[in-house]
Amino acid sequence: MAKPGYYGKWGGAFIPEVLFETFKELNIAFEAAKADPSFWQEYLHLMATYSCRPTPLTYAENISKHLGGAQIYIKREDLNHTGAHKANNVMGQGLLVKRMGKTRVIAETGAGQHGVATATMAAKFGFDCTIYMGEEDVVRQRPNVFWMEKMGATVVPVTSGTKTLKDAINEAFRDWVTAMDDTHYVMGTVCGPHPFPEMVAWFQSIIGTEAHKQIIEYAGKLPSRVYACVGGGSNAMGVFQGFLNTPEVELIGVEAGGLGVDSGEHAARLASKDGSPGVAQGYHTMFLQNDDGQMNDTYSVAAGLDYVGVSPILTDLWEKGQVRFESATDKEVLDALDMTMKMEGIIPALESSHAFAQAYKEAGSMGTDEVIIINMSGRGDKDIFTIAHAYDDPSWKEFIIKKGAGYAA
Amino acid sequence: MQLENYIRAELAKPAKDILLMTHIVLGYPSLEVNREVIRQMVENGVELIEMQIPFSEPMADGPTIVRANQESLETNITVEECMAFGQEMCETHGIAFLFMTYYNIIYKYGVVDFFKKSKSYNIQGFIVPDLPPEEGAEFLALAKEYEIAPILIYAPTSSPERMQTLASYADGFMYCVARKGVTGQKTDFDLEFDSYIDRCRTGTSLPLAVGFGISSREDITYLTGKADIGVIGTATINLVNDKGAEAVGPFIKGLRD
Repeated sequence: MAKPGYYGKWGGAFIPEVLFETFKELNIAFEAAKADPSFWQEYLHLMATYSCRPTPLTYAENISKHLGGAQIYIKREDLNHTGAHKANNVMGQGLLVKRMGKTRVIAETGAGQHGVATATMAAKFGFDCTIYMGEEDVVRQRPNVFWMEKMGATVVPVTSGTKTLKDAINEAFRDWVTAMDDTHYVMGTVCGPHPFPEMVAWFQSIIGTEAHKQIIEYAGKLPSRVYACVGGGSNAMGVFQGFLNTPEVELIGVEAGGLGVDSGEHAARLASKDGSPGVAQGYHTMFLQNDDGQMNDTYSVAAGLDYVGVSPILTDLWEKGQVRFESATDKEVLDALDMTMKMEGIIPALESSHAFAQAYKEAGSMGTDEVIIINMSGRGDKDIFTIAHAYDDPSWKEFIIKKGAGYAA
Repeated sequence: MQLENYIRAELAKPAKDILLMTHIVLGYPSLEVNREVIRQMVENGVELIEMQIPFSEPMADGPTIVRANQESLETNITVEECMAFGQEMCETHGIAFLFMTYYNIIYKYGVVDFFKKSKSYNIQGFIVPDLPPEEGAEFLALAKEYEIAPILIYAPTSSPERMQTLASYADGFMYCVARKGVTGQKTDFDLEFDSYIDRCRTGTSLPLAVGFGISSREDITYLTGKADIGVIGTATINLVNDKGAEAVGPFIKGLRD
């Protein structure tokens, strides 16, 4: 690699000068951790004893038979503590924060999963914790706000810009440029300035390492295809890293198609014609922006995929043809979620359901001797308000109305 | 050199112990108001003005300027309109104008085109807070070629080594951020600040501009003799919001009276 933090021409560290020394210190701590085998051992032990690692790989027998094609396996990141892959990254960064001797963590969150995971880590390690969350997402993901606050974190609703994930990232940076002496910014995904993409990818690689071993053990062969949803791209990078050195495995990233990639109401940076190269939030990647370079308002039923940029590592893999990018619409996602619940008794998050939707579109036309993996990045029961709303579920509405009336009385 | 020479020449004038640089967010609340505010600033002796081309993700700015960026963009202002306005200001007023913006605006416009046009307007410098020299090889080479000063930033967290590195790339003046944080919050001037400014002086032979939280005559008086340029940003934006464009002239005049 010509320049540290670059993946092809993507990535970099476009940071304000005031953070130069902070990033220098972070890079040194990260390099030291990578070079120290006991750090990874400590990480694995923490994930085994505090979280639920290794997470299972579940054979989706009913859906495999129903679609009549490839044998479908599901990597169960929903069974990780706090219900999503986010904990993998957060716990790793927590160990790094301890090494750096900092006492406070801040984080951005979209769907709230990264915020919950960070609040959990802060509670366990005894750090102060502030979470920045777009005002719109605070409304969409109220239960996560409740848990963050219960675990002692301060949740700050962000009212600038589009009031979503990108604005929460800006606000977290504004906090960091003031408080860098005692504060670490726990970036939630494989985006932002170097070393964050590499660091988060490293911690998330635990998914792919496990999945590779498990699929060989259970199916006796490598998968033909691996599917993962892509918001910033951390769960996808996590599972893909287990198969990047096996070119016979096709990797498929699934972006939020929203109301359709031609509708303008989506968050597909790579799977639509709407993305273009840009530099924002500290890194160079493909963004959904206008001709002047102003970021667009993105849309998805899944708050965690509703983001203007995408991992520079994934953009590079996409450009080199090593990862195929597709999109799934809100409707396809709800149908896939419905089928997964009814036929397998598994409730994927709306984000994860994008990967399921794309896999279901393709599995039927594959051979029955082929195997595929869907990375289930998180569980859907935390989305109960959003999912119930998306299904326009009458009995749920009745319950909420009654509950509301009870509180009002 | 062009911008540095202008600054040195201004500082050499009688009774000019410190210069003033002000900050305008283009299109906020409108280009008409910007025009009037700039006229008042120039008539009352401001030597440099940084014109911010609004961006949807102004990461290094505080709440006032963030809101100004956002509201400007809500009027559907374009980068092209901002450039044309910059040209008009350079033609109308005989002071130094700079563009301040985030790198994506320049990147999307086309870095070479941005330099070419700015040069033809007689823009004197660029301030790009999210472009450290490590990422700005092309930008810095073009700055040399087109003789537009790339203004780099010193922060209280900058080590002496870092200051020297930055100085090797910079031209015009060094923008010394008075404290950690974002624009628009109050800065306390104390011994710690004085030792920081001493480090800045040691770090570069360029003139020093001090910005972030400078809002009053007292602040400017304090900076006189320590810095070469005082930067007034959020303070005039608040003033225009509260009292209208016509309040800007007397305020600027009062800073150095």
